[in-house]
Parts: sequence; C-alpha cells; structure tokens
Amino acid sequence: MLHQVLFIVFGAICVAGAINLVAQRHPINSALSLVVVMGSLALIYLLLGAEFVAAVQVIVYAGAIMVLFVFVIMLLNAGAEERTQGSRIAVLIGGPGVAVLTGVIVWTVMRNSQQFGGVLIGSMVEQGQDNTHGIANLLFKDFLLPFEVTSVLILIAIMGAVVLAARKESV
Amino acid sequence: MNSIGYNDYIRILPELVLTFFGILVMLIDPLLGRGSRKGLGILSLTGSFLAMAAGFYQINFHGPAWFGMVQVDSFSIFFHILIPCISAICILASLEYLDQQNIHSGEYYGLILFGTAGMVLMTSAVELVLIFIALEISSISTYILAGYRRSSAAGTESSIKYFLLGSFATAFFLYGVAMIFGATGSTSIPEIYKALNGATSGALVYIAVALMLIGLGFKVAFAPFHVWTPDVYEGAPAPVVALMSTGPKAAAFAVLLRVLFATAVPNDWIWLIWIAAALSMTLGNFGALIQNNVKRMLAYSSIAHAGYILVAFAAGREIGMAAAIFYTASYAAMNVGAFAVVSHFGGTGERYIDIEDYAGLGKRSPLLAFTLTIFLLSLIGIPLTGGFFAKYYVFNAALHSNLVWLTIIGVVNSAVAAYYYLRLIVMMYMREATVDAPPERVSPSMALALVLAAIGTIYLGVLPGYVLDSAHHGAQALKAGPFSKTVQPANNANAAPVQTLK
Repeated sequence: MLHQVLFIVFGAICVAGAINLVAQRHPINSALSLVVVMGSLALIYLLLGAEFVAAVQVIVYAGAIMVLFVFVIMLLNAGAEERTQGSRIAVLIGGPGVAVLTGVIVWTVMRNSQQFGGVLIGSMVEQGQDNTHGIANLLFKDFLLPFEVTSVLILIAIMGAVVLAARKESV
Repeated sequence: MNSIGYNDYIRILPELVLTFFGILVMLIDPLLGRGSRKGLGILSLTGSFLAMAAGFYQINFHGPAWFGMVQVDSFSIFFHILIPCISAICILASLEYLDQQNIHSGEYYGLILFGTAGMVLMTSAVELVLIFIALEISSISTYILAGYRRSSAAGTESSIKYFLLGSFATAFFLYGVAMIFGATGSTSIPEIYKALNGATSGALVYIAVALMLIGLGFKVAFAPFHVWTPDVYEGAPAPVVALMSTGPKAAAFAVLLRVLFATAVPNDWIWLIWIAAALSMTLGNFGALIQNNVKRMLAYSSIAHAGYILVAFAAGREIGMAAAIFYTASYAAMNVGAFAVVSHFGGTGERYIDIEDYAGLGKRSPLLAFTLTIFLLSLIGIPLTGGFFAKYYVFNAALHSNLVWLTIIGVVNSAVAAYYYLRLIVMMYMREATVDAPPERVSPSMALALVLAAIGTIYLGVLPGYVLDSAHHGAQALKAGPFSKTVQPANNANAAPVQTLK
C-alpha cells in the first residue's frame, strides 16, 4: 500500500516538474525543474525494483549531466527567453498536439492493458530480486571485452578534444 | 566456470598490439620537445607491421573468444592483415607530409593506431554491441584526423561535416541494433542466426536491416548516402584521406558482409543493394567527370568503387562474397597509392591539387608520374593490375547470379570512368608544365610507400591466386555460419588451437 502511495506522489511530482520545466522562461529555473524530474524518476525506478538504474539515474543524470547543464547556462550567461511570433504559434500548435499524443498513448495502453500484463508496484522490491548482481555478471563477464574497449573509445575522445583545442603553434 | 585463457588474448592480438603502440606513442610524445615527430611515426609504423604479423600468427588460432564476443576465422584474418597494411602505408606517406605541412603532433600517429585497432576489431567482432563500439572508435579517430589542416577553412569544414553526418549515421546503425534485439532477443550474431534461421521474420527484422544498411551505407559512402564524400575528402589531409577511403571502408564492408550473410536475415535486401549499386556507380562516375580537383575526383571515384563492391553483394553466394572481399583489398592498394601521390605533389598547404597542376609531371618527376599511372590504370581496371581482376570477379559473380542488367550498368560505367582517369594520365605525359616550381624531392619514406602500394597493385593483377584463395576461404567461413555460442567458450579456453578451415 505504501508503495502505491509513494508511486502516486512521486509520479505527480515528476509530471509537475516536467510541466514546470517547459513553462519556465529562465533556463536556470528549467534546469532545476529537470533535477526534480530526474530525482522523482529515480524513485519510480526504485519502486519498480530497478535499484541499479535508480542509482545511476541519480549519479549520472541528476549529478554529472545536470551540473554540466548549469555550468553551460551560466557560462553563456543566458537570460530569460523572449516571446516571439514563432513561439506563440508553437504554443498554439504544440498544446493541442501534446493533448492528442497523450490521449493516443493512454488510449492504446488502456485498450491493450490485458496483453501488456502488469506488475504490482512494489512487488519487485518485496520479492527481493537482485538485478545489480545480474548486471555485474553481464558487464564483467559476458561483456567484459566491450566494456574494456569502451575505455579506448573514451581515450580517443579525450585526445580529440586535446588536438582540436590545442593552440595552433603547438600542433 | 568459463575462464579467460591464452587463446582469448591471441584472438585479439592485432588489436592489443595496436593499442599498446598507440599508448606508447602517447606516453613518449610529451617527453619530446617541439619539432618533428618522425621518430613516433617510425614507432607507429613498427606497431602496424607487428599487428600485421599478429594477423598472420592468428591463422593457427581459429575460433571464438571472450565469451563469444569476437571470432577469428579466415574472414577476419584476411582483414586483420589487410587493414594494418593500409595504415602502415598511410603512416609512411604521413612521415613526409606532416613535416611538409609543419604539423608536429604525436597524437596524429596515436589516432591512426587506435583507429586501426577499432577497424580491425570491427572485422572480428560477432556481437553487435562490440561492433558498434569498434565502429565508433574507428569513426571518431577519423573525424579528428580529418580536421588536422586547421589553417585552412576547408579542413575545419571537412571535420565538422564528417562528424555531424557520421554521428547521425551511427545513430541509425544503433537504432537498427536495438530493433534486431527487439526482434530476436539477442545482439550476438550466432544467436541472431539461431533465432532467424527458418523462422518467418516480422516487420522488426526488416526495419532493423534497413536501418543498419543506412548506417553502414554512410560509412562506405554508397549512394544515396554519399553526399558528404567530396567535401570531406577535399578538406582532410591527403594521407588521412588515403586511410579513411580504404581502411574504415574495408572494415565497414566486412561488417556489412557479416550482418547480411551470417545472420540469416531475409534476402529481400537484395533489391535495395541492387538499386544502391546502380546509383553509386552512375552518380560516382558522372560526378567525377566534371571535377577539376583531383581529390574531389578521387572522392567521386571512391563512391563508384563502393558501387562495384555492392554489385558483388547483390550477386551474393560464395563467389559474390569472395569477389567483394578481394575488391576491398585491391581497391585499398591502388587508392592508398593514388592518395600518397596526391599528398606528396600537393606541397605545403596542398596548393597543387587541380588537374592542370599535374601537367608535365611525367618529365618533372618520373617516379610520381609512373606510380600514379599504375594506380590510375588499376582504377580503370586495365589487365595486369589489381583493379582488373577485382572488376572481373565482381562482374563474373554478378553474371553467375543472372544480374545481367546490373552487369551492363557496371561495364558501361567502367567505360565512362576510363575517361577521367585517362584525362589525368594524358595531362601528365602529353602537356607542357604550367607550374614553374619543380615538385619537391620524393623522400625515402614516401618512395617506399609508393613502391609498396605499386607492388601490391601489380601483385594482385599478375598473381591474384593467393589473395583470391584467402578471400574464398573467408567467404566459406562466413557461409559456414558462426560457431555455436553455447559450446565454444568452455571448450576453447585451454584446448588446442582449432584447425584452419580448409
């Protein structure tokens, strides 16, 4: 029961954050709303029994990527966005578009809910399934080589940044 | 419990060697002061040759490794030898070029080595996730290498265009991988084969194949995904173009062969390939006719040659696959050579790059003119050069599969192509020089690069037997289907090397 309550509360916070993210006119406010969205999403993942994804969501998205976003916004010194003719038209077309799209998705899910099957929120947590163990097994055994090779990929990306950003006389 | 053994390391030996030398180059680079990086170039050259030797060593070590992630068979060994060979010649050509352009950067050689490791890994990977990572390694290093001429606007344009369009194309490939995972529940090629073999495929499989064709089509630049080629080739440094028009292309064709022929996807992609082949040959050759810049001309010609290779894909079966494999090797030899000449002749800042600049080259620099003539004749497909046998086997395979119309389009295109290649040869030997300055002396390393490429081209044209046999073994290995994933890791960890397929 507690799980359902938590799901509804954080689902509502998530949707509210997402709406606020679009509605705000200052980029910093939008970025902070995005943190709210990501944090509540992490909790929903946790309720579904995906504790690894929840942790990664907090560390990578809410932590690293959001800091990067905020840095970029502050570096560019972006102010509040201006309303233009185009943005008003976008609201006029986009608003009903969102409503229709949401309607279609809800309708499809409701119609096919039998086929999709379902899980009770929180049932995964209570069963005590341990998918971090499974992920570790995949990542460090079956997919060990791709995992290690990724480090070469990252190394090349760093080299690329160094080469392209280096002063002209030193290259 | 499966464990990792000696064989696992041997089966990725070329990649290990290349990565090791890449890291070595990066570690030594900061210790050197300003000035030429020729020493690092020679170090990376050693790395490429050792990687090639590692490829030969693998001949006795067929089999899968790393829990079914990579597979060494005649097919991958062919590319394990070919691709380090390509990068060795490109490094030889770069030694002189970098000094000429005043580029003193050790990262240049590091990127070539890492990129080569990625390409080599692409050809032996049998897991789409690993193929994707290897593809990214090879692509990202070429994006960066393409932007090395930072003093010229064309260089930056080349790098940015290549990067944006390339990332877009990789996303298509990744989407295709996701779709095939949705359809079969696995990204491992042997597992996909098991899931699709004999079963009726749903719409997801068709979408997946189409998306992967788009992604890889960009990498090998077949029409209609070719538009980036002339601009990127024009702006990138000539030795880098020599590499990226052959190495990543050969690797991407290898992936395409594996995805199309080793996964039991339905055969309906043939007509897509048919159209792409006809389009590439026609657009490539007619585009090349009107070019005045030699690099752009060779770029259009590379689109046309991708079209010829696709003819072999459309032919399918073992001879088609063997023809495609042989074509990548012979195209690599002649194209690397041609771009090596372009890179030497361009001079500082790549000034001499138009067809008119080549006037009278026959008198001014007999070696350059003579080797370029060999490469151009081979690109036309004149007998006694590698290009002749490559085209011969492709059209032969096409006729065996009753692709008469495609063969006719191909042969007509070859005739059209002869015009623009011959125009350059005529310019070199029959016209008086318009440029006063004599071309710079050919340095020993460049001479070696040219001679190696020329020997390769002639060898494939006179004695194609050995390479063709290897290509046939490669095609058989593909046809034989992948090793079963469930059996292999346990048996091979410490077992004796599997006998070569023969």
